[in-house]
Amino acid sequence: MKLKHILMAACAAMISTSVQAEDLKVGMITTLSGGGAGLGIDVRDGFMLAIEQSGRNDIEVVIEDDQRKPDVAVQLADKMIQSEKVDVLTGIIWSNLAMAVVPAAVAQDKFYLSPNAGPSPLAGKACHKNYFNVAWQNDNLHEAAGAHANAAGHKKSFILAPNYPAGKDALTGFKRFYSGDLAGEVYTKLGQTDYASEIAQIRASGADSVFFFLPGGMGISFLKQFADSGVDVPVVGPAFSFDQGILQAVGEAALGVKNTSQWSKDIDNPTNAAFVESFKAKYGRLPSLYASQGFDTAKLLISAMDKAKVTDQDAFRAALKEADFASTRGDFSFGSNHHPIQDIYVREVIKEGDVYTNRIVSVGLENHADAYASQCNL
Amino acid sequence: MHMHPNVIYKKETPILLMKSRVGKFKGKSMSAILFIEQMLNGLQFGVMLFLMAAGLTLVFGVMGLINLAHGSLYMIGAFAAAAVAAATNSFLFALAASLAVAAIAGVLIEATIIRRLYKRDHLDQVLATFALILIFSEGTRWIFGSFPLFLDRPDYLAGTVALPFGIEYSLYRLTLIGVGLAIAVGLYLVIMKTRIGIRIRAGENDREMIGALGVDISMLYTLVFALGAALAGLAGALIGAIQSVQVGMGEPVLILAFVVIVIGGIGSIKGALIGAILVGLTDTLGRFLLPQFFSLFLENSTATSVGASLASMSIYILMAAVLLIRPKGLFGGA
Amino acid sequence: MKKEMYLNIGLMALMLVVPLVAWVSDEPFWITLATRAVIFAIAGIGLNFALGFGGLVSFGHAAFFGLGGYAMGILAYHAQTYTPVFEWPFLLEGSKSMLLIWLVAIVVSALAALAIGALSLRTTGVYFIMITLAFGQMFYYFSISWSTYGGEDGLPIYVRNEFPGLNTMDPIQYFAICYVVLTLILILVHRMSQSSFGMMLQAARQNEKRVQAVGQTPYSLYLVAFTISGAITGLAGALFADLNRFVSPTMFSWHVSGEIMIFVILGGVGRVFGPLAGAALYILLEHTLGGLSEYWHIYLGALLLGVVLFTRGGIYGLFAGREVAHD
Repeated sequence: MKLKHILMAACAAMISTSVQAEDLKVGMITTLSGGGAGLGIDVRDGFMLAIEQSGRNDIEVVIEDDQRKPDVAVQLADKMIQSEKVDVLTGIIWSNLAMAVVPAAVAQDKFYLSPNAGPSPLAGKACHKNYFNVAWQNDNLHEAAGAHANAAGHKKSFILAPNYPAGKDALTGFKRFYSGDLAGEVYTKLGQTDYASEIAQIRASGADSVFFFLPGGMGISFLKQFADSGVDVPVVGPAFSFDQGILQAVGEAALGVKNTSQWSKDIDNPTNAAFVESFKAKYGRLPSLYASQGFDTAKLLISAMDKAKVTDQDAFRAALKEADFASTRGDFSFGSNHHPIQDIYVREVIKEGDVYTNRIVSVGLENHADAYASQCNL
Repeated sequence: MHMHPNVIYKKETPILLMKSRVGKFKGKSMSAILFIEQMLNGLQFGVMLFLMAAGLTLVFGVMGLINLAHGSLYMIGAFAAAAVAAATNSFLFALAASLAVAAIAGVLIEATIIRRLYKRDHLDQVLATFALILIFSEGTRWIFGSFPLFLDRPDYLAGTVALPFGIEYSLYRLTLIGVGLAIAVGLYLVIMKTRIGIRIRAGENDREMIGALGVDISMLYTLVFALGAALAGLAGALIGAIQSVQVGMGEPVLILAFVVIVIGGIGSIKGALIGAILVGLTDTLGRFLLPQFFSLFLENSTATSVGASLASMSIYILMAAVLLIRPKGLFGGA
Repeated sequence: MKKEMYLNIGLMALMLVVPLVAWVSDEPFWITLATRAVIFAIAGIGLNFALGFGGLVSFGHAAFFGLGGYAMGILAYHAQTYTPVFEWPFLLEGSKSMLLIWLVAIVVSALAALAIGALSLRTTGVYFIMITLAFGQMFYYFSISWSTYGGEDGLPIYVRNEFPGLNTMDPIQYFAICYVVLTLILILVHRMSQSSFGMMLQAARQNEKRVQAVGQTPYSLYLVAFTISGAITGLAGALFADLNRFVSPTMFSWHVSGEIMIFVILGGVGRVFGPLAGAALYILLEHTLGGLSEYWHIYLGALLLGVVLFTRGGIYGLFAGREVAHD
């Protein structure tokens, strides 16, 4: 549980002798073991890359593995706050873990910067002045998929997602923007790996397109089986089934599929180009959207440190709110509820040499903010 | 990443465009063709479960061992296949590798660890093989990394075939049904007609007896364990080609395989086959029919959600029901 | 016998000293770890009652652990939102009172154990292991899709529930509550194991005919044991939920059933204090091994394997002699 890499930025030798009072201590709780480890590792690597590039030696990062278990995450947060006395918490991948940790952490006057999860309560009524989301509100990518379905002229979509809160919100998010008819709406079992039954229903329904939200291994299975089913209609999904880590496992079955993301490796700005290059050089693989989120989270933190001391909470918060950093996404700003206002792109899966990756084909939603901001009293 | 509770704060109904777009897809889809296709899907699922369950039930029947690590052998088979397929581009080599590597892994753990557990009670077996799951899962992640691996069906099995009555069905899935049934027949012949089979059956009936008959028991046990492991590894590779090859992929299948052998009666190959097909059909048809059933009297979104919830519990309900009527499964010993 | 007593006393003292030292030296995290160990121990004691004394290998105790957790979560949630839990057949309001929550957790999990036990006890051996697992899985999938209480996301309860006269948010005070509960449960279980019921139960485990001869049906003995066992594990679930201020379907997962079983086996099956030793060691291992490597599960697995293969009878078997005290 105590994956205690105490990683000190830049020069490790100096630290043991000179821990200064104004050092900022970050607690990163993320998933590093088990099935979902790929996401946590990407967030961690992106985050640490930005810290390293900043050349600062006044940031200390404590990293621990939550094993994707909510009770372990809660326990680690207690430890980081009580024993490690961190100033800022970050790293959580999954919304259910975020809901277990974030409200208690911000209530204890810690800052929390979310590099991935964006559950709707934290964007709406349970928003908090010390909580900043650097990724997206959970519905955003599905909303963009709905908008894309309209633009692509889909009139009769078949939609499916696992039967759990995020799955229901995904379908709701899609329907919030989609204006055509539904050929069917199906909830699958969480963790399901065989979709023959659902694909048969898609075939029988006469759908002209499919929207699916099946993160991780579920998406890999669905795409491979769908490609092999002979059902020839366009598929749209959020980037969670098309990130760099899993695309290689889907292979050819994903080619040409449209997916929505706030980041892509071909977003044209110098920060992004440098990020993709340096990530590849350091870790020997292409970054995923999770890595870009980790990177941006660290950049945001560093930008605030340049302006204020973390001990001066009000000033530090104001500095975070300005989001005065060069994001890999280009334009980036926070809405009133501390969630991103950003473009969401439609990407297409392509093959570059031997590697499957994405390229941007259009902008799904421009300067998109989430649907819950009005419920937040900040 | 993406799971948000609308627990404490009820969300406002999606503001923009949620009008009456439901209801269009109720009755019509229940056509006969779709139903037959779903039966095939259930059969295919069941036949693959059988490959897992056969080894599990043999190992229990002959050696009296509960092996939770059986799912790990499934995972090992899939990873071995993915690695070999990447290196050789040959699906057949990949399948051979899955059989071989899983069998070798089986022999290794049998000879070093499992062997010491035969005389222990079920409790020790559960704990020891639970420990093996931890070692295998993280060991695999250590070797292959945290990202899923690529494994695809061969091109010559791509696409669909036309069946009678205008049914279009995946060629690969049809092949899986064929392979699975062929293995079932083969296994039946081995057990009923060969000397090894006679010994296996003798072992199931009376463990002490076969020792007295001068059969090298430890050799027989290793063989049975390796056979079960190889079948699990093969299932992992066959299924991995249309699903996702990743750490932990064996655990859900393991639990299903246990459900299967308990329904069928532990130790019975015939029971494993029938149990597997029952579970496959119940799960597939449950997922397909229950939401439609509830949509007869519930609003559509609610119906699909309630139906899906019940469907995810359906095989466990089936298992509990079978055990209540026949406490030793359908084909369990006297 | 004597050795076992020393070990019991030493263990209870250790579980008291560690958090106290941590409290004095301002290391509250160690208090949290100790609280976790104490709560897991209670869950293990529950299972041990069925498993160790009755020989009932339940692989579904996560069902009761989770039910206890959700009893806390649901009551506290309704108290938080000022809505009644249900109005029919009688009005049940939400509550933030720990004592009431414990009562509900015990009653609910006892009823569930009664029902599950009544059905499952028709089977024996591996079938019993698997049918209990199946019931656990039913609860797991149900809780994931039951969106009223958060489904897979679970239910966060922002502040720990109230206990008269104490500040439950203070780690050491919450530890004290759990420690006292543990002590009471240990006394209760010890008494029960020495009572005529306990004796009869253990006799039934060894030889059912012997019990039938004196006019008892093993089935009803087992059923009572299973119900008590479920109730104790349910109470542990409520305490665990309050420790984390959060409940989620992971409490129902089969891994939790496996872990509770590990506490029992690590400590020593059938020893009253065994699960305490097992849970404490498990937590300690988790905590220290995690520091070694990202792949620490390998070490944990190897250690568990070593324990099963080479130390029969768990920690108690190792240090307090082989024979089980109550045989």
